Amino acid sequence: MTDISHASDVFTAGADALAEARRHQRIQQRRARVSAILRYAILFGVGLVMLYPLIWLVGASFKTNAEIFANPGFIPREPTTEGYVKGWETSTPYTFGRFFWNSFLIILPKTIGTAISCTMVAYGFARFDFPLKKILFGSVIAILLLPNVVTRIPQYILFRELGWLDSFLPLWVPSAMAGDAFFVFMLVQFLRAIPDDMEQAARVDGCNSWQTLLFVVVPMLAPALISVCLFQFMWTMNDFLGPLIYISSVDKYPVSLALKLSIDTTEAFEWNRILAMSVLTITPALAVFFMAQKYFIEGISAGGIKG
Amino acid sequence: MARLQLRNLEKVYGGAFKAVHGINLDVEEGEFMVLVGPSGCAKSTTLRMIAGLEEVTAGEIRIGERIVNTLEPGKRGIAMVFQNYALYPHMKVRTNLAFGLRIGGASKAEAAKAVEEVAKILEIEPLLDRLPKQLSGGQAQRVALGRALIKKPDVFLFDEPLSNLDAKLRASMRVRITDLHKRLKREGMASTVVYVTHDQTEAMTMGDRICVMKDGHIMQVATPKELYHQPANLFVAGFIGSPEMNVIEGHVDGGAFRTGGQVIQLGEALTSRLTARPERAALGIRPQHLTLATGINGALSAQLRGVEFMGHEVYLHALLDGREVTTVASAAEYDRMDRSLDTIRLLPEAANIHIFDRDSGRNVSLRAQG
Repeated sequence: MTDISHASDVFTAGADALAEARRHQRIQQRRARVSAILRYAILFGVGLVMLYPLIWLVGASFKTNAEIFANPGFIPREPTTEGYVKGWETSTPYTFGRFFWNSFLIILPKTIGTAISCTMVAYGFARFDFPLKKILFGSVIAILLLPNVVTRIPQYILFRELGWLDSFLPLWVPSAMAGDAFFVFMLVQFLRAIPDDMEQAARVDGCNSWQTLLFVVVPMLAPALISVCLFQFMWTMNDFLGPLIYISSVDKYPVSLALKLSIDTTEAFEWNRILAMSVLTITPALAVFFMAQKYFIEGISAGGIKG
Repeated sequence: MARLQLRNLEKVYGGAFKAVHGINLDVEEGEFMVLVGPSGCAKSTTLRMIAGLEEVTAGEIRIGERIVNTLEPGKRGIAMVFQNYALYPHMKVRTNLAFGLRIGGASKAEAAKAVEEVAKILEIEPLLDRLPKQLSGGQAQRVALGRALIKKPDVFLFDEPLSNLDAKLRASMRVRITDLHKRLKREGMASTVVYVTHDQTEAMTMGDRICVMKDGHIMQVATPKELYHQPANLFVAGFIGSPEMNVIEGHVDGGAFRTGGQVIQLGEALTSRLTARPERAALGIRPQHLTLATGINGALSAQLRGVEFMGHEVYLHALLDGREVTTVASAAEYDRMDRSLDTIRLLPEAANIHIFDRDSGRNVSLRAQG
């Protein structure tokens, strides 16, 4: 009898401990849920604060000029596309399409040229031994550290002597000749992280250096090259100072200058036109970024971590 | 098919470090030559010089009748299998195999036909449309082998091709490669092979001849059997064979070898073979030839220090005049042994004793060749 009651005591104690453990687990789960909700709320809040100007920009581009300053919210009370229609026409003889085309004429050769030239230079630095290699690579790093503004005046004089002022050439030719040390450096780091066995195998297979580069190295470099192209695309799209210095004819303005133009020429600023054109200006960069986001991150992180 | 000759081949790095010291080596047509040695012995450097991936500082490399020193790797008539396969990661197996042929100017149809043939030989047909990252180690190794095979080169070069595989796969790949070599030879195809490894089992089981290297020098070139039974020097004696050969220091005195207080009778045949009687000598005897003795006559006494049970046999480690020696006993012998004693009696087989000059390392007791 005693034995049985003892056993039932043990059983009850066991059941109590189990119930306690379950209760404890429930509390923990609840805490984790509350903590997650809190974290996401903070993230959402901060994210919203950071993105609000952009959201407001898009909203305001559909407002009337009067409403922009009257209504701090981003949803327009009377949505209108007047900003886009009038903004597109611009106050010049050209439409905004012309300025987009100009930007495109700079970006295309610059991006392609950068990808090709930087790959060749980086391949040379990463894989070959040649006289003065260390000094030359040192100067690449030195250029990387040099503030852009230092070279503006000598470059301006050089391009003036070449007769390149008021043309697109000063804006893309230096980059297309591996003038952007940052990209060379980035690709060198990326290449150093790739073992050279495949290239040796290619040499044994009969490839010369160019064939090795084209058939074996470039495909492996693809993520880094996509990053290079994206960076170059965005930086060129956003570049204001370069075109401002070298381009003087309105018919050659890229979008960055054209935006400024609409502020200059109107006495009472038509803000909704400016905002509408700003939205159009950032659209290509955003679209390209979201499309290539995966490669972009892969490219910069691979270079950074492995290098 | 072609023979490969190295003449006074040297490699100096940065004008200071001499990695390869003027080596001479002849690899006959259709021969499977294994370069073996510890890491840093320049076996891979030698192979890479033959491949053209490393510049030659001095000397000559001949493949067939051509001196290939300055030729590009692709023009030397060689194919190489790399340690980590080096398959092109962005190409499917099919394209990987065909790549060399296509670069060499073969048409698409020719390359496709060759790919089918090679895939059949290596049983990789189901893998042709996979990417290298979708292959297991053994599969990748076979594809790498196929990439070499498809080129029908004069000389195959292997750079430690099995070292990334697990033991079981390595054993089966060993057989596969030697079978393939025999098959090519039978069919009269290119089959001269230079195979680099640090694994003596690979060397002994695969090579027609083995070239043992140390610090950029060739120590001995011989058949596996000859290397085992007739090591030219102390290094080869110690490097080839498992467990390692026992080396007992002492000196030759008439027909006997004296070490500490003990005497080993060398026997008539061995004594007459000696080309020198070095003051500082070493007696080499493989553990397999140092047997457990039951009597006292002619036996050496040693203190038992440890026992390693290997299954069918037992390694006994003992101290002989302060130097460790190993002997191999069968499991049955070990069972019969009186294990209460910590002294064992060892009997060296006179026919398998080697005498080395400790200063030069040379074996002064080699049998006449032939």
